[in-house]
Amino acid sequence: MLKRTDYLTKNYGKPDGFGLTAYEAAGGYRAVRRVLSMPREAVVDEAKKAHVRGRGGAGFDCGTKWSFMPKPNGKPHYLVINADEGEPGTFKDRTIMEQNPHAVVEGCIIGCYGIGAHACYIYVRDELHLSKARLWGAIREAKAKGYLGANPFGTNYPVEIYVHTGAGAYICGEETALLNSLEGRRGEPRLKPPFPAQSGAFGCPTTVNNVETVAIMPTAFTLGCDAFSQLSELHSWNDGGVRLFGVSGHVKRPGIYECAVGLTLRELIYDLGGGIEGDRPILGVIPGGSSCPVHLPDEIINVRNNPKFEPYNGKSILDLPLGVDTFRMAGSMLGTCCAIVLSDAADPVIAMQNLMRFYKHESCGQCTPCREGCGWLERLFDKVVEGTATMDEVDQVSDIASNITGNTICAFGDGAAQPALSFIRKYRKNFEDYIQNKGRSQTGKLTL
Amino acid sequence: MAFVLSEEQEREFREILSRYPNKMAACIPVLHLCQAANANWVSDDIVAFVAERLELSAAHVKGVVTFYSLFNRHPPGKHQIWVCRTLSCALKGSDAILEHCQRKLGVGVGHTTADGRFTLRTAECLASCGTAPMMQVDKTYYEQLTPEKVDRILGGLSKD
Repeated sequence: MLKRTDYLTKNYGKPDGFGLTAYEAAGGYRAVRRVLSMPREAVVDEAKKAHVRGRGGAGFDCGTKWSFMPKPNGKPHYLVINADEGEPGTFKDRTIMEQNPHAVVEGCIIGCYGIGAHACYIYVRDELHLSKARLWGAIREAKAKGYLGANPFGTNYPVEIYVHTGAGAYICGEETALLNSLEGRRGEPRLKPPFPAQSGAFGCPTTVNNVETVAIMPTAFTLGCDAFSQLSELHSWNDGGVRLFGVSGHVKRPGIYECAVGLTLRELIYDLGGGIEGDRPILGVIPGGSSCPVHLPDEIINVRNNPKFEPYNGKSILDLPLGVDTFRMAGSMLGTCCAIVLSDAADPVIAMQNLMRFYKHESCGQCTPCREGCGWLERLFDKVVEGTATMDEVDQVSDIASNITGNTICAFGDGAAQPALSFIRKYRKNFEDYIQNKGRSQTGKLTL
Repeated sequence: MAFVLSEEQEREFREILSRYPNKMAACIPVLHLCQAANANWVSDDIVAFVAERLELSAAHVKGVVTFYSLFNRHPPGKHQIWVCRTLSCALKGSDAILEHCQRKLGVGVGHTTADGRFTLRTAECLASCGTAPMMQVDKTYYEQLTPEKVDRILGGLSKD
């Protein structure tokens, strides 16, 4: 159900809307004062009631993640914020850092207190120069006011926040690769276990949260975490509150829209995105970043043995509320909640070639199935587009992709295989046309 | 000649070190600092300098430099251009923008103009999908591009 909100986005686009004055005028830095007067366990217990599912793509419950942090045992704890936004189609975190950086800072103080950390690193990809400048600016402003440092808000709970930069590598958005990169190493993912909560940054207990996840926590604590969760249509699915929804590609009004959880893709595309350019039909929608499967507009939901799903069965996937579990159970993935929309003017084979080039370029090369498999798939799709591939080779796609899935250290491999598997299944005819017509296709392009 | 930092950059170096519990963690930020101080590229002298100052092996530092795409191993042009070409930008015409840049600058992707002013590159998703097509020039994002807009941007940079 479409329910627009403006907790994070109130000051977007206003001159100086990113400054401390505007943030406090909108009620900022009140929640953190209350949090710092609560016992740490109570903060985590209340955070759980918000049912904030991780906004970076994995959808893990934020309060539960905080609760995994061990009791203090002499080792420092760290909060690390993942601001390495780079999943194709995803551009929501950047808007928060640029236009509401104080929400990130306040969220970081709450998070640090909740997990027993005194230092927080915000890992921002190097390309986002404005985001880094705005975050550093917010940190300086907060420090000057005594909100950070040795005695935030007059308490004896020191908190320092630092912005750390990457240097161009998509894989550093994977949390353990990010930790290696933070430590000054090559950004290669680590084997788990140990999980970051046991041994993360610098061998110490660490929580890694997405930017939007921490930035929404001040809102949750301001409203009361339970009340916040109930804003969501999927409160009963433990998927609470509000979040940022993005839409890009062939829509009339691409952008970021803040809404209560429970929005559908149809509402995102037509009501918020203004519909498809030229009022054309939809070819496909990738719901939340390129690592999610692509969906046809006429895909019908059919999930049996779950009474909660009954109201949605028989409907189009475009009418299923966007939730972590709703999409997982429907055989899809919510990811970052930033949809890419392709109209029928776009050629799905070219789209697949484009995405596989991305994955080949960004595979860190640590695991053989991913390093080699992404290369094979890239070359195979290149051959399809050139018109030199055979039908047998098209059949090999699912073989190669299936051999990447589950055979790598991190989820990147699955993320690369997923689109290949779904594109080849859903647009098989287009791939076959390329083979039969020796590389000629109906459109042969992506643009309108 | 061995690489050195200016007094101002040394202050920044110390400030960077103060953020982390060990020296290794400063590796990437210090490499950025050195690259910026060296016309935007990381020479072997810089690798040696960073290794010595952070008490790391040169192999470790070189491993880091070659892993990340934003450390240049050769001098780039005065201005670096990255045209995003991942799916959301491609759906909105990034191919045409890239072609236009190539024609206008007279160089292919990965190359520097003869006058040393511009290096043209492609980039994978720069998190600007809602305002596609886009390109990054040095530290600035230029969004919702058209060929005319690209002409204005490049024209402005040619004058300085």
